[in-house]
Amino acid sequence: MNISDYRGVMVFAEQRRGIVQKIAYELLGVGRRIADDLEEPLLALLVGHGLPDSAAAELIAQGADTVVVVDDPALDVYMTEPYAKAMTAAIERYKPGIVFTGATTIGRDLAPRVSARVRTGLTADCTGLEIEDGTRNLLMTRPAFGGNIMATIVCPEHRPQMSTVRPGVMRRLERDDSRKGSVEKLAVKIEAKDKNVEILEVVVEKAAKKSIEEANVLISGGRGLGNLDNFNKLQGIADELGGLVSASRAVVDAGWVGQDRQVGQTGKTVRPDVYFACGISGMIQHVAGMEDSDFIVAINKNSSAPIFEYADVGIVADINKVVPALVEELKAAKAAR
Amino acid sequence: MDIVVCMKQVPDTTEVKIDPVTGTLIREGIPSIINPDDKGGLEAALALKDELGAKVTVLSMGPPQADLALREALAMGADEAVLLSDRAFGGADTWATSTTIAAALRKLGFDLIICGRQAIDGDTAQVGPQIAEHLGLPHVSYVSELEATEGSVVVKRVFEDGYQRIKVKLPCLLTALKDMNRPRYMSVSGIFDAYRREVKVWGLADIEVDQDNIGLKGSPTRVKKSFTKGVKSAGKVYEVDAKEGARIIVEALKEKYVI
Repeated sequence: MNISDYRGVMVFAEQRRGIVQKIAYELLGVGRRIADDLEEPLLALLVGHGLPDSAAAELIAQGADTVVVVDDPALDVYMTEPYAKAMTAAIERYKPGIVFTGATTIGRDLAPRVSARVRTGLTADCTGLEIEDGTRNLLMTRPAFGGNIMATIVCPEHRPQMSTVRPGVMRRLERDDSRKGSVEKLAVKIEAKDKNVEILEVVVEKAAKKSIEEANVLISGGRGLGNLDNFNKLQGIADELGGLVSASRAVVDAGWVGQDRQVGQTGKTVRPDVYFACGISGMIQHVAGMEDSDFIVAINKNSSAPIFEYADVGIVADINKVVPALVEELKAAKAAR
Repeated sequence: MDIVVCMKQVPDTTEVKIDPVTGTLIREGIPSIINPDDKGGLEAALALKDELGAKVTVLSMGPPQADLALREALAMGADEAVLLSDRAFGGADTWATSTTIAAALRKLGFDLIICGRQAIDGDTAQVGPQIAEHLGLPHVSYVSELEATEGSVVVKRVFEDGYQRIKVKLPCLLTALKDMNRPRYMSVSGIFDAYRREVKVWGLADIEVDQDNIGLKGSPTRVKKSFTKGVKSAGKVYEVDAKEGARIIVEALKEKYVI
């Protein structure tokens, strides 16, 4: 394999039922940054059947230089082998140096199959991606060991360098309709034998709500927020960090949120990577449910609130002023990456 | 029906702690367990054995200590156990691991291969589909229900936003989710028996595989560095305005690699 033959970044633009998924735009966001660092093109691979032209146009508006469309009736509903064949064909044709796929239940099914086929490395569920100075290799950082350690992985001698990317971590670009790009069709012959499983039934459900025990980041609100409107604004922080909103008992009792979100002795015990206590005083019954969190941020206007004894970072300020400021800072921090 | 269940012995990562002084992982005293998704796959295989009289073989790759996980599987009701263990297999990434396991599977023979979706120490979910690719088999991942019919299986395959019911002809490979069932306990006689039974140990000489494709040398990826998220220091409390407070929080999250 001649590594220098491989150029550009390709992202798999996952679509379901004809709708390009959010993860595709997140991949374009990180892909654009990496492609610009390398001064190489950014390609989006769109696989499906009868997708509207607007889908490709949207991918261009959100960062792609070229959208490669593979269209076949056999690609209408996700099935591993036909999709693997399409992606392999695109890699062979365009020889990208880097391929990003979302770490979704589709991406994590497809990417390993393809990486094994083209004999290259694949790094799962990445949360950090950058180009190494000098080597121009991709540095792929991911959590391992139940999130207890982080590992940076390289794939120095094989191409493309493939990774699946955790949803909700990368920031999408501001859409720009004046951005120019091209759309190319790639013909891939999907044969009857490639449909090697039979899909008997497809059922779409409303996405199951993740429980607060599973969340990596929790934004927990307490009575200090004052009212339901202020409590609901915590969602802005949760969106930026890919987290969930949880609550103290007082908030649940006030009816601002359901009991499934309650942290504490009479609620759930949680152990996220980051726990935000927003306007929560930190009574022992609450602390019992969250003290094992890896990193605790407490915001409360009362400097003698017991929650500060457990906090890694404590901010004595009005929570309702900190929330909008924090959303702004988080947006700026993501944009700067 | 010959079913092979691929299992990994893993440290129970829910028990892992970070040394508060050095910031390193404390490995001592962490119990080793059968990876939870693999145990779900094993239970599914044993249920098929109860129902149809399948033969269940458990296969693991790892250090000699992984023998214990295989004996646990025997005590639960597996018929045979094979441990792939050789220094030459060490340092393998998912590509080289799947190549090695695929070679062992070719030697064993199978109608159905069941792997866990992912291991709790690596969380990659890659080895199952990669084994299937090396063997040229269809696979279905994220399986939460399994029924066997004549010459094929029907599974429920879970997505974030729903599921598919999929029929696959044998031979094929499935990756199982731990919530697909509640694994049985080892029986007392099974435990007693498991220590008298043979766990075959296969090394490099026992399987047909190109040495360039296994171990560290056969691995396309390398770990460049690994690090913990740092030592938990005593907390700091700042009396500042909202904007400065937000800035301090964002800086702290950056240091923790959250953003």
